[in-house]
Amino acid sequence: MARQASIQIAPVREASGSFIDDWRAIRVVWKRELIRFRRDRLRIVTALAQPVLFLFVLGTGLSALVGHIGPYNYRTFMFPGVVAMTVLFTAIFSAVSIVWDREFGFLREMLVAPARRGAVVLGKSLGGATVATLQGCIMLVLAGLVQVPYSLSLMVGLVVIMALAAFMITAFGLMLASGIQQVQSFQAVIQFAVLPMFFLSGALFPLTHIPVWLRVLTRLDPLSYAVDPMRRVVLEHLAIPPAVVAALNPGMTWGSWRLPTLFELAIVLIVGVTCTILAVMRFSRTE
Amino acid sequence: MSEPAVVSNGEPAAAQPARAIEVTDLHKRYGEVEAVRGVSFSVGTGETFGFLGPNGAGKTTTINILCTLIRPTSGIARVAGLDVVSQRAEVRRRIGLVFQEPTLDNYLTAEENLRFHAELYGVPRQTTPDRIKQVLDLVGLWNRRSDQVMGFSGGMKRRLEIARGLLHSPRVLFLDEPTVGLDPQTRVHIWNYIDELRRREAITIFLTTHYMDEAEHCDRIAIIDQGTIVALDTPDALKASVAQDRVEIGTDDVDATVAELRERFGLEASLAEGAVRVYVPEGDEFVPRLFAELSVPIRSVNVARPTLDDVFMAFTGRTIRDTEASAADKMGARMWMRARR
Repeated sequence: MARQASIQIAPVREASGSFIDDWRAIRVVWKRELIRFRRDRLRIVTALAQPVLFLFVLGTGLSALVGHIGPYNYRTFMFPGVVAMTVLFTAIFSAVSIVWDREFGFLREMLVAPARRGAVVLGKSLGGATVATLQGCIMLVLAGLVQVPYSLSLMVGLVVIMALAAFMITAFGLMLASGIQQVQSFQAVIQFAVLPMFFLSGALFPLTHIPVWLRVLTRLDPLSYAVDPMRRVVLEHLAIPPAVVAALNPGMTWGSWRLPTLFELAIVLIVGVTCTILAVMRFSRTE
Repeated sequence: MSEPAVVSNGEPAAAQPARAIEVTDLHKRYGEVEAVRGVSFSVGTGETFGFLGPNGAGKTTTINILCTLIRPTSGIARVAGLDVVSQRAEVRRRIGLVFQEPTLDNYLTAEENLRFHAELYGVPRQTTPDRIKQVLDLVGLWNRRSDQVMGFSGGMKRRLEIARGLLHSPRVLFLDEPTVGLDPQTRVHIWNYIDELRRREAITIFLTTHYMDEAEHCDRIAIIDQGTIVALDTPDALKASVAQDRVEIGTDDVDATVAELRERFGLEASLAEGAVRVYVPEGDEFVPRLFAELSVPIRSVNVARPTLDDVFMAFTGRTIRDTEASAADKMGARMWMRARR
């Protein structure tokens, strides 16, 4: 013992906890997000207020301007965008709550457990994704009010896309949160990341007939690749001629290439995975 | 409070290493500052061991190294026979932690906080409910189990954290300043629970404190100052090693008193809280001589057996309060710098 006493300790990689430890940590963090979501009724209602305002106030106002096709008006067009908005804000809120967790100490309890830090981040990202998807599902209930049919294939399609989008956004939020030390920075995140992401995503207007600079920006916004498939699946289920659909939603293009839905969803998934990896790395680094 | 003794882990006692904690020549440097400068000690299994020292002495750094939260710059630390650097996850499974700052989830109930902890540490599902009841009983919170932590007082939160730290039957429980920020009455309560815990569970406790009176609850104490251990023994032995009584003289002319003590008695006096303080082998025999020979009028005399405060003074030349004051100054300056940025 004494002989080794003054040996310099080389920087060691984190002793790898067993996979089962990590799995437990992921489950605990995920469950905690769900419990907190369920318990916080006020948050559920608040998160609905904003999309409802957009859909029924802004949407109605714009409908008067734009006109309608048969029973469908601008609100129908906006509906998938507003669902995406719900998912966006709920997911970001969940992700950034990790900064609160740090401020109020709970994160520390997680970080001293016999699991790797990455497991905590992964649990948080899955938890946030689940919560945001659930909140999005509440919005789907309003579909009938804007003439979107309650068809099973449509609802399933929307839920799948919402889940992917929610995962990506939560991971993105966690990546941002890993660099935030104070709760006060949350407002800055909303202003400089979330609102631009929302406005550039095509949630409120078609991404065609727009100037090149804006076109480029919208293509850089990962959320665009979730909003477009959502709108596409909604329009496919409406009783309007394909030509009108094409005019309403020419969809996401790179140059003149119309991106297939699966390709867009792959982008969403890849961005989500990349952000998760970056968030895990950044959280693991801080001592 | 029904079961008399709870053996804290299922393995036979023989499987436990005789030393719960073993630290050899530990160093931790932060840039220019060396927070821990060559600390060595060991703690026996079942012992309650206290780290006593002012804020900034290196207590929290040492405890964080032992808990695998930070890595030592050099030196070796083993907890429950396992290396804190290379066997990190293994160490974590065997230790319970109670931090200075609360780390509970306020939105969850007491029981949910514990259940999550049990799951996180892999406590078998079928034993979890029993174990939760045991630890909540120990800290007297069983009937508050379904309440959200948000409504708990500071003392209740600390008790719940102690319960949580025990939940996975750790070999070693680390308590970092377990009573800091609590009112005196609650402090006494917390200590009652800790004493009860020592009686009922076969567990090693490692705690830090800067309260002298609390250190007396320990089997052995290490006095740490400026990153090194200056003394290590049982509280009684430490007090005996000072072997001198403290005499405090209240007088209107402090300077003359100090001068006369030096000239006539050959004693180096110090000033403490407005009184002149000297240390003498037999305090009660010294007082009559003092009255006979001192020409300065005396207002009051107080003779006291040595306390740990005196021990700290004897080994470091300062009282804990002095060190605290200067640490607070530094802290204030740092906060100010940060505010300006």
